[in-house]
Amino acid sequence: MTGEAMRGERGARATIIVGLVLLSLPLIASYLWLVLASFGDGHDLTWGIFPTDYTVKHWRFLWDPKGAGGDLPSIWRATGNTLFVALSITLCDVFLATNAGYVFSRWQFRGRGPLLAFTMVLHAFPSVTLLVSLFIVLLHMGLLGSLWGIVLVKVALQLPFSIFVMKGFFDGVPWESEMTALTDGCTRLGAYRRVILPQILPGIAAISIFSFLEGWKEFLFVFAFIFDKDSWTLSVYLQSILSRGSVVDYGIMAAVAVFYMLPVILFFLFTQKYLMKVQLGGVKG
Amino acid sequence: MAISRPRPWMILLAPAALLIVLFYLLPAVVNLALAFSDMDYTFDFRFVGGESLVRPLADPMFGRVLRNTAVYVVTTLTLMNVGVGVLLAVLTTEIPDRVGGAFRMLWLLPRATPSVVYVLMWFFLLDPTDYGLVNKVAGALGGENYDLLSQRPWLVVVLLNGCVGASMGMVIFTAAIKSIPPQLMMAARVDGASAWQRIRHVTLPSIAWPIMFVTTYQTLSLLTSYEYILLATDGGPFYQTEVLPLYIFHNAINDFEFGYGAALSIGLMAIGTLLALIYWRVFRFGGRGAAAQRIEVES
Repeated sequence: MTGEAMRGERGARATIIVGLVLLSLPLIASYLWLVLASFGDGHDLTWGIFPTDYTVKHWRFLWDPKGAGGDLPSIWRATGNTLFVALSITLCDVFLATNAGYVFSRWQFRGRGPLLAFTMVLHAFPSVTLLVSLFIVLLHMGLLGSLWGIVLVKVALQLPFSIFVMKGFFDGVPWESEMTALTDGCTRLGAYRRVILPQILPGIAAISIFSFLEGWKEFLFVFAFIFDKDSWTLSVYLQSILSRGSVVDYGIMAAVAVFYMLPVILFFLFTQKYLMKVQLGGVKG
Repeated sequence: MAISRPRPWMILLAPAALLIVLFYLLPAVVNLALAFSDMDYTFDFRFVGGESLVRPLADPMFGRVLRNTAVYVVTTLTLMNVGVGVLLAVLTTEIPDRVGGAFRMLWLLPRATPSVVYVLMWFFLLDPTDYGLVNKVAGALGGENYDLLSQRPWLVVVLLNGCVGASMGMVIFTAAIKSIPPQLMMAARVDGASAWQRIRHVTLPSIAWPIMFVTTYQTLSLLTSYEYILLATDGGPFYQTEVLPLYIFHNAINDFEFGYGAALSIGLMAIGTLLALIYWRVFRFGGRGAAAQRIEVES
């Protein structure tokens, strides 16, 4: 390549990077603002996002039960509820999807093909359109207003996806390795535990992270099916502060938001590349 | 006939199957039944035939909601989910991958962020006083304070959803671009193709198939997504941004019109299925589409 072409190339790259920065600026500014505003004192901002004075008063809710507003329960209660929902969903999803994925990958039985195809259809079905009937179903089961209802619904709607991911991981374990264990005198369960399980651990990790985050972030079902403030999760807790309508106190909103978002962002930064593979693998079916 | 002992696979499959039947299939059946009733806040099930199903025709709101939905899906899809998605994928693969990857990470953040937190950040950007960043910039340029959320609700709804939606296209298009044989790019360079010509004649043709896939997939997800709209405008002001799934939510959850909500849900599912079938035909997913992955360079 000639020197001139090289310079042209470098110039084009610089232009592209500048363009990308401009395109991404609102995004960068928003996240920066969120963190800064949670420590910001007063309403004055320099450069549009940097507070002039700093304080920790917006974070009072961490030690003061009335810190986020007298009309709200303690944030730790909402955090506990959120953890309960996220962890229960994760446990159920992993346990059920692993078993079902194993069956679909390893057993030949009548109706296996149609059942698999049906799972695939469910995976593509816009499950959120079932919100209306879920209200009635949960009502009649006595689960309306209960976080258990949220957990069961979320797991059921998520299962087709998780089953497919797990089946994919089981398919990746060669039959031979299982056969070897069986001929060496392992029981089927023993072979599962000693030979297969170690090889599908990445799959289990992936759907665990995925369902934990799904549970942690869930808003719509909690918003629609939970009425008692004491059962609120963090998403609805924050939404109720947002929709207060009276004086907009960005400081407290930002602090609660950062608190709520922290685990998600940590998970995201450390597992993002890895999750992507699974998610896209799931999309490809 | 003797009942045989349950096989191990049945035991392993049963809990998952039970949950799916109770909380996925049963609601689907209940939804169908509800659509033939006029259930309201009394929770009484009364069969009224197709009354709820034809009610949209007499509903003065329905035409407007349908138009809103079409505007929302088409605009967000073309401008953001595909448009910005392609733009991000093409731009971030033209620069060194460490830098490009960092930008892609950044654009994935909104997808990872809880919806309420994400919307809160938009409330800050759009704050009607001069606290908001948009007004700060507008003020610096000599403009006045805008209240975009009520003055330009569509602009806000499209941008807000699109900044989340663009990342899926970005990721898929990036993967497709990265799988273009490097020799092809080299050949184009040797032939003296400019950056734009390379993008136009090598990169874009090679992501034609992923674009069709993302278009189809995202049409269906946009059609049924309303969480961000619910949080940002709640369909307002004055029903300007009320889309069909949100209208269903308002009917059922706010107004306790379960029969009508269920009937509208069936309508939404029907629209989704119809669109999927149309895409299937137009993009020929069954036949030629699969072969379109080959890269063809026009001379």
